Amino acid sequence: AGLVTVGGGIGGTILYAKWDNKFRAAVENNVPYSDWLLGLALGPPSPKSGLPIKKQVRILEESLTSSAKATLQAIGAQEAALQAITRHTLKLKEAMEAEEKSAQWKDLEAALADRTGAVNDAETALSKANEALDSLKSVIDKSKGLKVSAVRPLVLAAEENLHNMVVDLDKVVTKVHSAESEAKIVSQYSELVNEAKQQFQREVSSLTPEIQANWKGLTGKLSSDDLNALIAHAHRRIDQLNRELAEQRVREQIHIDAALEQQKLEDQKALEKAVSTALQHIKEEARLEQERKLSELREVMEAEMRTQLRRQAAAHTDHVRDVLKVQEQELRVDAEQVLSSKMLEQETRYRQLSQEQLDNFTLDMNTAYARLKGMEEAIDSHVVAEEEARKAHQLWLSVEALNYTLKTANADIPTVPLEGAAQAVRDSCHDSDFALALSSALPEESLHRGVYSEASLRARFNSLRSLARRVALIDESHNSLYQYFLSYLQAALLFEEKQEAPPAQLCSEDLDPFKLLSYASYCLEHGDLELAAKLVNQLRGEARRVVEDWLTEARLTLETRQVVSLLSAYANAVGLGTTQAP
Amino acid sequence: MSEKELGKKWDRCLADSAIKLGTGLGLGIVFSVLFFKRHTWPISFGSGVGLGMAYANCQNDLRSHYLQHRRQSVFI
Repeated sequence: AGLVTVGGGIGGTILYAKWDNKFRAAVENNVPYSDWLLGLALGPPSPKSGLPIKKQVRILEESLTSSAKATLQAIGAQEAALQAITRHTLKLKEAMEAEEKSAQWKDLEAALADRTGAVNDAETALSKANEALDSLKSVIDKSKGLKVSAVRPLVLAAEENLHNMVVDLDKVVTKVHSAESEAKIVSQYSELVNEAKQQFQREVSSLTPEIQANWKGLTGKLSSDDLNALIAHAHRRIDQLNRELAEQRVREQIHIDAALEQQKLEDQKALEKAVSTALQHIKEEARLEQERKLSELREVMEAEMRTQLRRQAAAHTDHVRDVLKVQEQELRVDAEQVLSSKMLEQETRYRQLSQEQLDNFTLDMNTAYARLKGMEEAIDSHVVAEEEARKAHQLWLSVEALNYTLKTANADIPTVPLEGAAQAVRDSCHDSDFALALSSALPEESLHRGVYSEASLRARFNSLRSLARRVALIDESHNSLYQYFLSYLQAALLFEEKQEAPPAQLCSEDLDPFKLLSYASYCLEHGDLELAAKLVNQLRGEARRVVEDWLTEARLTLETRQVVSLLSAYANAVGLGTTQAP
Repeated sequence: MSEKELGKKWDRCLADSAIKLGTGLGLGIVFSVLFFKRHTWPISFGSGVGLGMAYANCQNDLRSHYLQHRRQSVFI
């Protein structure tokens, strides 16, 4: 995150420096190595080309006015200096030629101070003016570097002004120099004079130490010796000076020649300088003139070109307009065609899709409806099947109840009446004729009174058997008391098997009551009530009469059992039929 | 119960024969004492009558099932 922020900051600075050069300059000034980095990233800083042209023009004008002001100031200062110098020189000359007076000296000093001040001012003004002119020059150069035509006349005017100012300044400066040189000569002369005066004063003071320097005002204090010494010294001095003068006169010519030479050289130099400056000025003027002419010509040309171009542009626009019109038509036609075809296509597709959708929907609806129907039917059939199963189950339950009631018979007591159970069975099989028939086939006795169990019947039979044996001989024809006696005797004397397995088919021999009874006993012992009943049914006569009730009971029981087993089988079958495998 | 019928019949028969025999004997005894100067023959006669009557009754009773009245059978 830190790296990202640093990188972002650097990138942002670079981008902003690219966009704003002042910012770039500021960054380069303040941050070390930033100029290298920015140079690497963006290339060398572009010049003030980012500045708009108006700003440039304003800068130009400002620098022009400021330089003009400075130049005027400098010229004024130089003139003032010139005047001060001339004044000073005059004053000095007067002071030299006339006798020294303190007032004159004061004036001289004032003039000197004035002159130095004026000269200093002039120098500063000159330097300022020079600076201003240099800046103007640089601005002009920069503006020239812009290569924008609108600025050119201004640039030309500025250059001309610059040139004029430079010329004026130079003139004034030369004047000042000449005045200064004159002043130098005069000052040299005045210095020499002063030096001589001072020497004289020193000599005088060495001779007469007690006398003060300003010996002009002390004429009363001098003694005669002093005066004499003074006069002697003065004479000596005059001699010396005369000798010097003679020497000087001799050397005059040489000095003058040398001076002339020097002057010539100086003049030459000055001339050369003047010539060079004049040449420069003239060159400048010529260049400026050329540039002015060039700019005028350019303007004219540009105007001409503009008109031509305008004409051409007009022609071009007309032509383009026509072509565009034609093209527009063509394109419109094409576009309309394409549009219509696409619209048609879309319409057909849309119709197709909607039809498809509709078909799909119808299909789905149909399938859904069919499935729904199927499901409903399945459910209904399921319900029906469940109902059937329930009914079957109910039937089976009731039949089982009925079956169970058969078992409630104890030793000698018949079962409970089967009426209730039979009624339940009848209730639970309304729609089955078979079951209804069966349930109505139950014998009345069993319904109202119940039936005897097999065990009770068996027990009863055992007691019956002895009785039946005893009346075995009695029938319709043989039924006197004597026969009874004989029958009893037979029963007492005849021994037969207690139980004998009955044969598959009965023959006439087997119809003997004793045999029958033993068969029946056997059957009963082996649980075959039906066969026993059949066998007992074969008894005839009194034996038959005796076992009649038993037989009825047995028949009843058998019937009931048969019906119940049938019902049970039926219920089981129905239940099996309706049971659904898991 | 049909099997008890015979027993009942025999009961009746025995009771009846006992009564008849006893009555006959008694009557015989009475007659013999009263009318026939203690001869034994009215006693045996009376018991014989009693016995005979009882026997016939018994037999009739035992046969009764087989002897259906003709009127009934005719009307069927």
